[in-house]
Amino acid sequence: MTAEALPTAPASAAPRATRSGTVRRLLRSRSGLAGTVLTGVVVLLAVLAGLGVLGDPVAQDPAVRMQGPSGEHWFGTDQFGRDVLTRSAAGAANSLLIAVVAVAIAGLVGTAAGVLAGYHGGWTARAVLGMTNVLFAFPPLLLALALASAVSRSWLTIAVAIAIVYVPIFVRVTRGPVLSLREAEFVRAGTVLGFSTGRILLRHVLPNITAIVIVQVTLSLSWAVLTEASLSFLGLGTPPPAPSLGSMVLEARALVNIAWWTMAAPGAVIVVLVVGLNLLGDGLRDALDPKDRGA
Amino acid sequence: MRVIVRHPLLRRVGEALGTLLGVAVLVFVMLRALPGDQITATLGTEAAALTERQRAALEAYYGLDQPLVVQFFSWLGNVLTGNLGLSHRSGETVLAMTAGSLPVTFELAVLSTVIGLAIGVPLAIWSASRPNSLRDASGQAVGLAGLSVPAFLLGSVMLAAAARLLGYNPNAERFATLTSDPALNLQQMLMPALVLGFGLAAPVMRTARSAILEVRSQDFVRTAHGKGVAPWLVQSRHVLRNATVPILTMTGIQFGYLLGGAVVVEQVFSVPGIGRQVLLGIEQKEYAVVQSTVLVIALCFVLVNLLTDLLYRVVDPRVRQL
Repeated sequence: MTAEALPTAPASAAPRATRSGTVRRLLRSRSGLAGTVLTGVVVLLAVLAGLGVLGDPVAQDPAVRMQGPSGEHWFGTDQFGRDVLTRSAAGAANSLLIAVVAVAIAGLVGTAAGVLAGYHGGWTARAVLGMTNVLFAFPPLLLALALASAVSRSWLTIAVAIAIVYVPIFVRVTRGPVLSLREAEFVRAGTVLGFSTGRILLRHVLPNITAIVIVQVTLSLSWAVLTEASLSFLGLGTPPPAPSLGSMVLEARALVNIAWWTMAAPGAVIVVLVVGLNLLGDGLRDALDPKDRGA
Repeated sequence: MRVIVRHPLLRRVGEALGTLLGVAVLVFVMLRALPGDQITATLGTEAAALTERQRAALEAYYGLDQPLVVQFFSWLGNVLTGNLGLSHRSGETVLAMTAGSLPVTFELAVLSTVIGLAIGVPLAIWSASRPNSLRDASGQAVGLAGLSVPAFLLGSVMLAAAARLLGYNPNAERFATLTSDPALNLQQMLMPALVLGFGLAAPVMRTARSAILEVRSQDFVRTAHGKGVAPWLVQSRHVLRNATVPILTMTGIQFGYLLGGAVVVEQVFSVPGIGRQVLLGIEQKEYAVVQSTVLVIALCFVLVNLLTDLLYRVVDPRVRQL
């Protein structure tokens, strides 16, 4: 692969222009715009819940148990008289917190390991790939389940369990491009000029794989949200009474015939969030693809 | 020639064995990370009442006084000779439990794969027939839904809808195996297989769509059209046949995922498969059950991936040459 085929290492002024261009391209594409809006709505809900604007998600009020949607409670109340919208929003905040932390850890560790394995080869690569293969040998949800069952559960340990599952994906998507970047002329030029390995990796290799990593982060966020929700549905997520989207759906199963809203609200929040993140990932992939830049 | 053909295969098998050893180490370490050991797992809170000597005797009995490496290899030796441990609650061996639950999950995975292909491939053909049109967008929207609606939500909604509209609950009767009562079994498997199949349709659809579009842009397809071959013949003989390889690979990988990913659906629909065995083991703190079952699932997963890889080499002549 020649240097021309890849975006060159950005000069100091270039990134800002490129970045705003990416955002413009993202918002101009239908899936990018829809993804941004859908994700934005749920993030806004989560932030409002986090700030306490929507009220206390665990406050019980027996006087208004199992009320349908009304002006007072937009999505009704559950069997303890807790507001379903408030709880769903707090659940979304909880899901997003776990997903973001999990993907941040997986992205950092996985990208670092992938870059090292791709750039150095030899034993480093063999060790990294061996561990990657072992982690890939488990169906993802099962590994998360087994890890979550082995630790005392808090939001952080759940996030770490999910992170371990997603590390190998980042290793796999970054290693390939780094393998070919290693042979690119501008990287070789850096080696010839006597730049340190750290400088080459940080200034010349990393900027050229950011697009791949950003897309992977977005898609991984949607999987992490799903994994967290599935774990809490199975009773292995964040412990109650903290609201979690998965455990809300689980509790709603017993109530759904007399109070459909208890399942509708958390279910809708999960679907909107995951659809949004998936569309955003697709949109970003197109927006960051250098092939489409001329268009 | 023969050496060239056999060499990468042997290497692939060796790689799979190495991975399995790593898997065994990881599963072993995970169990050791748990608070408590076999003694507290068996006796529960009563373990606190043990005297120093009783505890030492039990540790010697379970081999817990041995170094970790020795414990690992004796455990591995047991596993390799088919001794997967036993459930303290039921007294059943994990091997017997797995012999009952693995076929159930396997059946579920096969049914879901059939449903996933039956939805995904036609949808991809429909989408790819007019790329970037309304038709394409609607096909892709279905794919996106399959990717984004969690199985536990879809399953719970389907159960509620079936109960409300049809007055039907597939969990009402005891689970029937395929051999004991095939009609009831298929009836009970229908909803879980639909939920899993819908989720599977999404990646199948995405892969098939891009494979079809890719093949269609190639010269031999243009040539076929140019020399006047009927469009349906070009579609079936030239396009679909060549698009089979990526679809097959995708299906193989997804089939492996289903073996572990079925856990949620098995829980929703009370299907006594291998995923539910892990979950029950976790709930009842039967760590031997969890450990061995996770190991069995990982083994199946690695084997399915290996088979997919080998099948891929058989189907695609270009890979066979390498």
